[in-house]
Amino acid sequence: MAKAEKIEIYVNLCKGCEICVELCPVDALEMKDFKAAVKDLDKCIACMQCELRCPDFAIEVYKQ
Amino acid sequence: MAYDYAKYLRAGKIPHIWCPGCGYGIIMKSIIRAVDGLGMNKDDLVFTSGIGCASRLPGYIDANTLHTTHGRSLGFATGVKMAKPELNVIALGGDGDMTAIGGNHFIHACRRNIDITCLVFNNYIYGMTGGQYSPTTPKAARATTSPYGNSDNQFDIAQLAIGAGASFVARSTTYHAVPMEKLIKQAIEHKGFSVVEIIAGCPTGYGRKNKLASPAGMIEWQKANSVNKVQWDKMTAEEQAGKFPIGVLHQEEKPEFIEAYDANVGLS
Ligand SMILES: Cc1ncc(C[n+]2csc(CCOP(=O)(O)OP(=O)(O)O)c2C)c(N)n1
Ligand code: SF4
Ligand code: SF4
Ligand code: SF4
Ligand SMILES: [Mg+2]
Repeated sequence: MAKAEKIEIYVNLCKGCEICVELCPVDALEMKDFKAAVKDLDKCIACMQCELRCPDFAIEVYKQ
Repeated sequence: MAYDYAKYLRAGKIPHIWCPGCGYGIIMKSIIRAVDGLGMNKDDLVFTSGIGCASRLPGYIDANTLHTTHGRSLGFATGVKMAKPELNVIALGGDGDMTAIGGNHFIHACRRNIDITCLVFNNYIYGMTGGQYSPTTPKAARATTSPYGNSDNQFDIAQLAIGAGASFVARSTTYHAVPMEKLIKQAIEHKGFSVVEIIAGCPTGYGRKNKLASPAGMIEWQKANSVNKVQWDKMTAEEQAGKFPIGVLHQEEKPEFIEAYDANVGLS
């Protein structure tokens, strides 16, 4: 399974829509102060779905 | 390395005006990956739009862009394409823009089969003006103008395009970000009038009134109710009820308008 080296979240761009958090297949993300945040990087399988579906260019996944 | 969307975006224009969870940002990214994937030069690329939230998109793209009047995206696109057929012209708009006030332009552009790519962002509502029902609002759905539920029948945009003569017609959703990108590429590469209907969530104008307020829930709804065309064709009418097909729905080779025009007036 692919892994992510880093997940970058730009809180200035994040509008807190929760799309990335709710659609992550492995529950690797969470909401913190109305913005997306990384909950558990080890869980991430680098499927890229959060990055593809974020409407606001606010989350980037860097594969290992 | 993360995907470099910035090279097709106008500097300093992001964040965009769309609401939290609006599906349009997902579409904009698929469009950028499609034109980038085709190696398109920004100077050879033209985006036109009408009025509405969808029609704000060209303002963010660093290419030749025309934000025009309501329903007239295709009118301007046709003028650009006739004057400079070497340009790649992408005309976009919302369900209201393309099938209500711009419905006539839409059907006649389909009939004409001019080499333009038309992207219709279908969120089942007039998003920008506060959630009035549109020609694609489902029957019984609630809008500010149908507080007791919509009495009208729904337009099927893809079927409308096929019936009116478009030579490439496809449908996708914001759940399918990568397949959407591929369909947009195919539509751009197709010679003739191509239409891609893209189902998108409007949590603000449609979702809140129809028990679909969560943006992720709207995307899950698209996944649950869309069926690939190949599978769709094997389903019974009962199985198809309430669902919609996605993928390439129609493709044919037929004479393109500008070529026919040039031949008629002796230019080729
Ligand atoms: C001639 C004219 N009539 C009406 C309006 C008001 N108006 C602005 S946007 C819009 C509807 C937009 O709906 P749609 O095309 O579905 O776009 P969305 O906002 O949902 O993306 C209307 C009726 C207008 N701007 N111009
Ligand atoms: S999808 Fe994007 S904007 Fe929405 S919560 Fe996640 S990072 Fe923020
Ligand atoms: S890349 Fe996939 S697994 Fe990793 S956080 Fe994003 S959605 Fe979750
Ligand atoms: S009103 Fe609807 S379509 Fe317009 S930006 Fe908001 S969510 Fe998007
Ligand atoms: Mg609309």
